[in-house]
Amino acid sequence: MPAKHVIETRELTKRFGTFTAVDHLTFSVSRGEIFGFLGANGAGKTTAMRMLTGLSRPTSGQGSVAGFDIHREAEQIKRRIGYMSQKFSLYEDLTVRENIQFYAGIYGLSWRAVRQRTRALIDELQMQDVARSLVGSLPLGWKQKLAFSTAIIHEPDIVFLDEPTGGVDPITRRQFWELIYAAAERGVTVFVTTHYMDEAEYCDRISMMVDGQIRAMGPPHDLKTQFDQDNMNGVFLKLARESERS
Amino acid sequence: MIEIKAIDKSFGEQDALRNVTFSVGEGELFGLIGPDGAGKTTLIRILTTLLLADKGTAKVAGQDVEKNYRQIRKQAGYMPGRFSLYQDLSVEENLHFFASIFGTTVATNYDIIKDIYQHLEPFKTRRAGKLSGGMKQKLALCCALVHRPQVLFLDEPTTGVDPVSRQEFWGMLKKLQHKGITILVSTPYMDEAELCDRIALIQEGEILGIDTPQAIRAAYPHPLWQIEGPDRYHMLRFLRKQDFTISAFPFGESLHLATRTKMPAEIIEHALNTADFQPANIRQIAPTIEDCFMDRMGQPARAQTNSYAR
Repeated sequence: MPAKHVIETRELTKRFGTFTAVDHLTFSVSRGEIFGFLGANGAGKTTAMRMLTGLSRPTSGQGSVAGFDIHREAEQIKRRIGYMSQKFSLYEDLTVRENIQFYAGIYGLSWRAVRQRTRALIDELQMQDVARSLVGSLPLGWKQKLAFSTAIIHEPDIVFLDEPTGGVDPITRRQFWELIYAAAERGVTVFVTTHYMDEAEYCDRISMMVDGQIRAMGPPHDLKTQFDQDNMNGVFLKLARESERS
Repeated sequence: MIEIKAIDKSFGEQDALRNVTFSVGEGELFGLIGPDGAGKTTLIRILTTLLLADKGTAKVAGQDVEKNYRQIRKQAGYMPGRFSLYQDLSVEENLHFFASIFGTTVATNYDIIKDIYQHLEPFKTRRAGKLSGGMKQKLALCCALVHRPQVLFLDEPTTGVDPVSRQEFWGMLKKLQHKGITILVSTPYMDEAELCDRIALIQEGEILGIDTPQAIRAAYPHPLWQIEGPDRYHMLRFLRKQDFTISAFPFGESLHLATRTKMPAEIIEHALNTADFQPANIRQIAPTIEDCFMDRMGQPARAQTNSYAR
């Protein structure tokens, strides 16, 4: 029976020497939620995300992701999550089909399942014509869609997106968000960082990190009301200005 | 200050720029707005004499980019998109280095960089490679300015930078403009268009429009509506199938709907109600630059398949 909260942390902390990068983070994310994880450069987002994805051990505090403990069960976590960053992890000199097969394979799908998922995904993405083309030759927007789809090919409980949409045109950027909505509808929890404040408003809930701490959290509409701003950019500026780090 | 006439450039089979023509007046803050791969960097590299066009001509500060490239290099400042200072030189060493290769000194032109350099002064002995993103950006700007250029080219200076640093950076550009420097800046962030005197929208090597941001918004050809309410994703897909729809896109917490004709909001409301949607607020709005850009990209959302949805 899956827990309601796919991510749960209590007082999660990471120190590097005397520097506290992540400072007593307590929050939770529900199944199927699109959760925006915002903060200025250097606020501690990447460090927090590395702990949640099992890549970095917390100094103190508790946390579970997909029902597994981040101290003791980091390897199980890695199997139950997907990850995509702005620097896509696709292999440019493999074809579209080969990339999909590769990811399906390393996530442990059976050969039969790999073949089925590959075919289905190529159809879903309408990439039949380019299935045998090298990924390096595709437009940026297509690569993004492919990278997202391969990141969730093993139907993870949660997918982490680290600034996934930098630089693409506004239509492609929106198509990408529609993919995110569709995945969330299937029950995939989406944990996303972005510098586009209008995108922050597509999230069900947002947290704002300043100097390693979460300073505000809630649905975009509530935050705008709370901080008396018309848009998330205003909320961000108001909160981030309090930072002592930058 | 900048005159570009019918520039073409291709890399092998790939057309990077097609028939690009525009000019930038003295003292203007001009924005080149478009996504990755639109041709912004190629155009800036042609104007800074680092790349030759296949066809067409361009002049910067009255000098031809091909024949008089040496003069242009003295008169233009260039901040490339990728951090290209010397990582293992300190802040002040970088600055002195750039001053000396232009045959000047930091002291001579200190007035032009003073406002920006003050932020860096506490770290002047730190290696450039060890600076934070925002600091690197300020140092790169100082190095591009230290020879007192007439015209400054900035290639995506705010990409990957958080909203606070972006706002600060645009404040610095405005101040430089007041000092009489002509600025051509490229950006993928549509909201930054509003901060420019004039903009060129560029996509796949072609200019989609050149004007003031106000005029570009005023030229938007359709009635545009903002719709709020729950279940926006399904509402969006429903709206795209309606006959009155030209395009429908998510915009933050609301949707933007462009319609074929002027019509009362009740028609939209009625259509949504019959499909069991409960729109909270439907009102006609003025377009943003992003609306204009998407409209000019000429691929209305309606014509696209919904293949990305399940």
